[in-house]
Amino acid sequence: MTIMEPAAELSKEEILHCYRTMKLVRAFDDICLKLQRSGRIGFSIPNLGIEACQVGAASALRKDDWFFPSYRDFGMALYHGVDPLDMMNNMFGNANDNAVGRQMPVHFSFVDPIHFVSISSPLGTQIPQAVGAAYAMQQRGEDKVALASFGDGSTSTLGFHSGMLFAGVWKSPVIFLCQNNGYAISLPSSEQTASESYAIKGKAYGVPSVQVDGNDLFAVRAAVSEAAERARAGEGPTLIEALTFRMGGHSTSDDPTSYVPKEEVEMWKGKDPIDRYERFLTGRGMIDAAGIEATTADCLAEISAAAKAAQAVGQPALETIFSDVYAELPAHLRAQGAAAFELKSRLGDADAGDGAFPL
Amino acid sequence: MANLTLIGAVNDALKTAMRGDETVLLFGEDVGKKGGVFLATDGLQAEFGKGRCFDTPLSEDGIIGTAIGMAMNGLRPIAEIQFQDFIFPAFDQIVSEAAKLRYRSGGQYTAPMVIRTPYGGGIRGGLYHSQSGEAYFCHTPGLKVVIPSTPYDAKGLLLASIEDPDPVLFMEPKALYRALKGEVPEGHYTVDLSTCRTVREGDDVTIFCYGAMVPVVEKAAADAAAKGISVHIVDLRTLLPLDEDGVVEAAKKTGRVITVTEAPRFCGYAGEISAIVAERAIEYMEAPVTRVTGFDTPFPNTLEHHYLPDARRVIDAIEKVINF
Repeated sequence: MTIMEPAAELSKEEILHCYRTMKLVRAFDDICLKLQRSGRIGFSIPNLGIEACQVGAASALRKDDWFFPSYRDFGMALYHGVDPLDMMNNMFGNANDNAVGRQMPVHFSFVDPIHFVSISSPLGTQIPQAVGAAYAMQQRGEDKVALASFGDGSTSTLGFHSGMLFAGVWKSPVIFLCQNNGYAISLPSSEQTASESYAIKGKAYGVPSVQVDGNDLFAVRAAVSEAAERARAGEGPTLIEALTFRMGGHSTSDDPTSYVPKEEVEMWKGKDPIDRYERFLTGRGMIDAAGIEATTADCLAEISAAAKAAQAVGQPALETIFSDVYAELPAHLRAQGAAAFELKSRLGDADAGDGAFPL
Repeated sequence: MANLTLIGAVNDALKTAMRGDETVLLFGEDVGKKGGVFLATDGLQAEFGKGRCFDTPLSEDGIIGTAIGMAMNGLRPIAEIQFQDFIFPAFDQIVSEAAKLRYRSGGQYTAPMVIRTPYGGGIRGGLYHSQSGEAYFCHTPGLKVVIPSTPYDAKGLLLASIEDPDPVLFMEPKALYRALKGEVPEGHYTVDLSTCRTVREGDDVTIFCYGAMVPVVEKAAADAAAKGISVHIVDLRTLLPLDEDGVVEAAKKTGRVITVTEAPRFCGYAGEISAIVAERAIEYMEAPVTRVTGFDTPFPNTLEHHYLPDARRVIDAIEKVINF
């Protein structure tokens, strides 16, 4: 375990913003779990235990950098000022959802205030895409970077291989952040790879790599800052393996007690990144017990209000099934849409059913 | 006007696009110094530099994945997949990512890009240099699929594809790369991605085809004409989205329909044309809606001339629907 120590240039305001963002992530998870258990949303992805990775990484990057996230990274969006309501609209798949109710919950997409690129469920696909976006930055002579964030399981995908490969050859301004949270759904790292670490995988691609304590926000921030500095200076990509632990399930549909030994969870509970951060803050006199309590309550209230507002928004209109497939609606989709409307006017709505996501 | 081969027209289109728009760039395996294994990209690196025409590592997933990121971030990438047979490692990036990006982000992110790839038989390329895999991709909403059959269309359709706001799979019939020449205007022009092309007017039977099957059908039509049968030929050229009204109109014109593809039959593109005709024009049909296709086998090497539809098989089908 590293000793938490912020970089000298970090202001108290910045340190507290990181804290509040982690608390927002945890509040978002808490509220979403309740919404899912009470049947108001279908699915959610908990982040319990990994909040410092996301927020630490985001805090090291600028608003004009690009984020290619996994589905367990939304703290990055919150850090840079994405409105929790925009996120809740996605959780409910309502008419105001940026993804227009087309995706499952937690598949966020934002272009403002940051490029937080639309998340897809197939793993690792965003990794070479980040390298491509970085190529455009390189070609225009910009000093931006692209962050590709993913879990330990994604290091086994084609996208990890091709992304690392191309970034190494192109000296891309990319940061590969592998959040090793111990399990890919139920598969432990020991069965994911025979490699001595995930970080070492960078070596064969000519990508410098480093392992950091992923539960130490300042350690993650320092590693990402250094990688970003190198990238902006034209020195190419970095692979960062952040060692952390997912203390919750893979999703709200997953019961991790069937595959995670109890002792392992207990061990990691002692390293809870938010508890550690709170100990640091109180030790430095930046917050006290009342302040912590107030932050918890304030974050829960903010997320809760967003959930209420999102729940009140109606479903997307029927025509949104057919729009955005192409820039312009082609004739066959126009015909299929017209047929769907005609059927609805004649026979009424289709039965929504009670489909529940199993994974 | 220049008299160009189909591959010459492709090369001309690429140069025209890259001269006109500095965000257009092209990359893939061996496309740079070598100019492509078929020389489609000959001279591009010399003219536009290594920043805009370059070789990549041997990774189709990487080629398409990075192209999507470039397209999201303001460039107009043209990714070459050396043979369509090698595209499958990139299938996920094409069908799950490029094709769905606009939809899943409500238009916040898009992938305006072209994937160029030679397809089809006729070069003794065996199982893995001969396939005609358009059906896999035509089953993918969000993607456009284009196949030219003439030098004029190759240039005009490719320029339209490069300028299109959506991802386009541009499949080039490699059997025709140097098999024919045609007049190609100099400079910029486009051929619309939403219309089929009447190749030959006729009254007795309508044949739908595309790519390398077009000259095969033209030869069959010439032979049929000698027997007094008038064949109407339609080159579909944009397979997705299809000019369905154009198909239905051409089907109604003769009341006899054959679709010719070199791809396997089952769940193939010819089946889709048959279904459209059955749904929208069955009352006009005088004979069974017919398919002439490759067999439902892997693509053979030594006996490829038996696998590929030829004029002999097309005439046989014409006579069957005429004499029904």
